[in-house]
Amino acid sequence: MARLRAPSMADLALGAPSAPLIRPKAGRDDRLMLAFVLMIGAYLVVSLALPLGFMLWKSAEVRAFAYGVVELQVDVGQGFLSLGTLEEAAPRLGLADPVDQARRSASLTAAQLFPDARFGERPLSAVRMRLSGGASDGVLELGGKAAASGEWVEAGPRDLRRLVLRAGTIRSLGNYIAYFSNPALTNSIVNSLVVSLSTTLITVLAAFGFAYALQRTCMPLKGLFRTIAMVPILVPSLLAGLSLVYLFGNQGLLKGLMMGSSIYGAPGIVAGCVFFTFPHAFLIIATALAISDARLFEAARALRTSPTRTFFNVTLPGARYGVISAAFVVFTLTITEFGVPKVVGGDYNVLAVDIYKQVVGQQNFAMGAVVSVILLVPAVIAFVVDRLVTARQVALLTARAVPYAPSRNRALDASAFLFCCVVAGLLLLVLGVAQYASLVKFWPYNLTLSFAHFAFEGVDGGGWESYFNSLRMAFYVAVIGTAVVFVGAYLVEKGRGFAAARAGLHFLAMMPMAIPGLVLGLAYIFFFNDRANPLNVVYGTMAILVISSITHFYTVSHLTALTALKAMDKEFEAVAASLKQPVTRVFTRVTLPVCLPTALDIAAYYFVNAMTTVSAVVFLYAPSTTLAAVAALNMDDAGQIQGAAAMCMLIFYTNLGARMVHALLSRGLARTQAWRIR
Amino acid sequence: MSQHTVDLSGLASHLPGSAAGDPGDAIARGLAASAPRPTYLAVADVSKRFGDFTALKNVSLDVREGEFVCFLGPSGCGKTTLLRAIAGLDIQNSGTIRQAGRDISALPPEERDFGIVFQSYALFPNMTVRQNIAFGLENRGLRRPAVAARVDELLHLIDLSAHGHKYPSQISGGQQQRVALARALAPSPGLILLDEPLSALDAKVRLHLRAELKQLQARLGVTTVMVTHDQDEALSIADRIVVMNMGVVEQVGTPQEIYDAPASQFVADFIGAMNFVEGVMLNPDEVMVGDLTLVLRRQARPAAAGERVVVAIRPEDVRVLGADAHAEWEHVNRVAVEVAAVEFLGSHVRASLRHPAFPAKPLVAQLSQSVARALQIVPGRRLDVVLPTDRLRVYEALRPHGAAAGAVHG
Ligand SMILES: Nc1ncnc2c1ncn2[C@@H]1O[C@H](COP(=O)(O)OP(=O)(O)OP(=O)(O)O)[C@@H](O)[C@H]1O
Ligand SMILES: [Mg+2]
Repeated sequence: MARLRAPSMADLALGAPSAPLIRPKAGRDDRLMLAFVLMIGAYLVVSLALPLGFMLWKSAEVRAFAYGVVELQVDVGQGFLSLGTLEEAAPRLGLADPVDQARRSASLTAAQLFPDARFGERPLSAVRMRLSGGASDGVLELGGKAAASGEWVEAGPRDLRRLVLRAGTIRSLGNYIAYFSNPALTNSIVNSLVVSLSTTLITVLAAFGFAYALQRTCMPLKGLFRTIAMVPILVPSLLAGLSLVYLFGNQGLLKGLMMGSSIYGAPGIVAGCVFFTFPHAFLIIATALAISDARLFEAARALRTSPTRTFFNVTLPGARYGVISAAFVVFTLTITEFGVPKVVGGDYNVLAVDIYKQVVGQQNFAMGAVVSVILLVPAVIAFVVDRLVTARQVALLTARAVPYAPSRNRALDASAFLFCCVVAGLLLLVLGVAQYASLVKFWPYNLTLSFAHFAFEGVDGGGWESYFNSLRMAFYVAVIGTAVVFVGAYLVEKGRGFAAARAGLHFLAMMPMAIPGLVLGLAYIFFFNDRANPLNVVYGTMAILVISSITHFYTVSHLTALTALKAMDKEFEAVAASLKQPVTRVFTRVTLPVCLPTALDIAAYYFVNAMTTVSAVVFLYAPSTTLAAVAALNMDDAGQIQGAAAMCMLIFYTNLGARMVHALLSRGLARTQAWRIR
Repeated sequence: MSQHTVDLSGLASHLPGSAAGDPGDAIARGLAASAPRPTYLAVADVSKRFGDFTALKNVSLDVREGEFVCFLGPSGCGKTTLLRAIAGLDIQNSGTIRQAGRDISALPPEERDFGIVFQSYALFPNMTVRQNIAFGLENRGLRRPAVAARVDELLHLIDLSAHGHKYPSQISGGQQQRVALARALAPSPGLILLDEPLSALDAKVRLHLRAELKQLQARLGVTTVMVTHDQDEALSIADRIVVMNMGVVEQVGTPQEIYDAPASQFVADFIGAMNFVEGVMLNPDEVMVGDLTLVLRRQARPAAAGERVVVAIRPEDVRVLGADAHAEWEHVNRVAVEVAAVEFLGSHVRASLRHPAFPAKPLVAQLSQSVARALQIVPGRRLDVVLPTDRLRVYEALRPHGAAAGAVHG
């Protein structure tokens, strides 16, 4: 047998003439799984990687006239006389540089080049132009009809206006230079960092105290506190902004507490962000505290270490990865947050709102893309650090730790209870104020109760229609998203062979976490609204909203599914293959039934987030697909703050209902399926 | 140095002959010995790498039809890797595997013909025992009653007829192990692969299931390959044992061959207990240990004169003079020693014997309790022992000093 391969080091190390290399034959299951990996991979490429890449590409693009490839000839009565290219003729014709000229106007007519149809002293009898460049160099038109590249186009003195050169594009960092030379824009970077760091500090401290009280003390009502801590997840983040306005705004209930300063700006943003990031930080830190090893505390007690020293030498180091991870998550959530600063930001500009203003206010998509790229930097850094830290924590988790059982301590329990009461009280206050505001006739002058604001009169696209659109979208996102995520995670975790494709899929699945919703939305505008894109058909439909939401919340769902799948015996697939059963049968008969509770968790997560998200969809809805949370945002914009509060509460009750259904289903599964009972 | 210290009290169970308590076992061995059956599974020159690490190096071995073969070796030596290559779960980089004459080297597992039981059993938790066993019978054009009948048959075979409706979490570990075996046997595969199927069970259940597994295999006559790192298990259950170390096959043979004539120092060290002392070859028949000259008989590979070697003898082969009549008139390899320590091991006694020829590590001898009593074996007692010529084995001194320490290794 001929060997076509030079012996490698490993062959030499093996000594002895090596046996023929084996190329494993792909089986039916391999082909099927590879096909699914490629399908889901393609979905993530189209819904994430390509739009982002396209936006990045567009952010480094500037409109300009391709002077160098346009030739010009004039006839002043003695036949055509060449003026060379526009580049050569520019000084004589008084043209600005190609980029400046394009900034003034995207098109240039022959009439502009030759005012009064004259060339120098003499009257023109004809002008000829020829564009020999490619598509990116622009278009030459006569009477609205584009000329082919290299074709001469001619116009007489009376229709010089009909001979038009349209600007093309060039690769340039011009947009970035413009951004950085505008202090009004760059200020936002500092502002964003200031509010994000302040929020991170406050949230992590509060969440640590709360989690510590729940995990390490014997205070009463832990279940209730845990439930209340989750409230912010069920409402759009902008609800916090609305409540802050009602509490501390110009006509606020507690305006006196502000002592003259205004809630609009950094204080409002920080307060609102602390509200909606609290549950995220709490969950992470509570998990870290729950897994800390009880043996360390026993050792500390045996050594008669003082409680304070135990706290600093045992508790904190044990939970440090949780705290660091929580800090990065809160930081990312805040710096990419849009709803809260939009409502209570006032004149205090932050990056996320800048993107919105550039895109929706000024229709300056290129500048929106530049701000998006700026915003991506901290988001990606925070994401990477968080992943590294989490990997370490997982390593800790797998160590043989003994869970800690707290013992009674009157003083500690009492102060923990007090602290939790204050935090839970504040969370409920924010929710309660929104509830109250949505139910009174006319704040603050007529406080009689009424459901009038739930009629959503005068709302773009209709309030209730938006609500039902949101319900539909959340339902689709939950069902389709769960299916896609679950199958994808299954392939990553249980697929065999084609390791590179699976690693690629996992990488793509981890990416959305680092991409702010607004950035994803803007990328979609660039990508799906491009007429050359065959996927253009989804633009302006429900489908694009579903796609963007599924992708935006993909990572957490993916990780949840992975965790459940990792807990399954890794040999199920091998057993099935030995029994000559297709992998689809293990998947449907074993994996899916066993992981059903997790699938329900993922569906609930998707539903709740699809109901509350603003950022992932605010650029993408059409008049027929307005959404509840966006409607709330727009009502607030239009000054109908009570209507906005009503919509937020409607979303809250819907999500509360969804969580209850989820809890009932989960409990039902655990009760009715004998094999789940241990 | 060696991680494989073995409890000598367990030695009795794998002494030649003592494991043959089971009549079916003896018959099966007798058959295997008298008329070698045709090769069913042929592994030839198989190598497997994980990155830079070579997990299997040119492994070759044959498994005959109906044979029970054990892969035995220390943790990480590549047993599971070889088993998974045979199953097609982690296909080798090079080398061929033929099953029943068919080249299966590159085939995915579903195109091979085997049943497998993993250490974890991998029973489907959401299916009853019946459903688990029936899983491999469905989708094969079998009618429902036929499937049910086969499941009943298997439930009967594993003695779990009354437990068919239970879920895996509702039965004991030993029962789960048998269900996993029944599930693997259900489609009547030509080959059964077992990866440490008994290691998750407690010692008593393990001994019981070991015997049961052997009986079942002999009754069904299905070719079986089992991975284990427990030498007692391998010695008592296997028709032949494949001893592996660091990705290579050290020796293939019947339990008796492996125990009596270890092919390498590794095998000698790994299986059972063994004394090792260092020496230098004088001529093909004599070896010098300190100032002692020992005469040899059986040698696998004769070493050249002047070569440094390791001389090995099992503790139970060290004969104490006075203990048995034959030894009285033997003068070859007679050594005068002093008892350094005595260890009581129930039916046996382990005596550490000191001699200037091996000062660092005493020679260990194993005696029955009654002999020890009769000869008054106590520390400080001087006595003569004989190292029978046909029981001494010589290996090339490959290992650095210390690794081949004379203390007892298992
Ligand atoms: N997927 C893998 N990637 C890298 N190395 C591996 C992989 N699987 C096995 N190895 C290495 O190959 C060697 C042999 O592993 P194998 O699982 O075959 O050992 P084993 O003999 O079954 O050991 P044990 O008795 O502990 O089960 C080990 O050193 C192991 O670390
Ligand atoms: Mg193994």
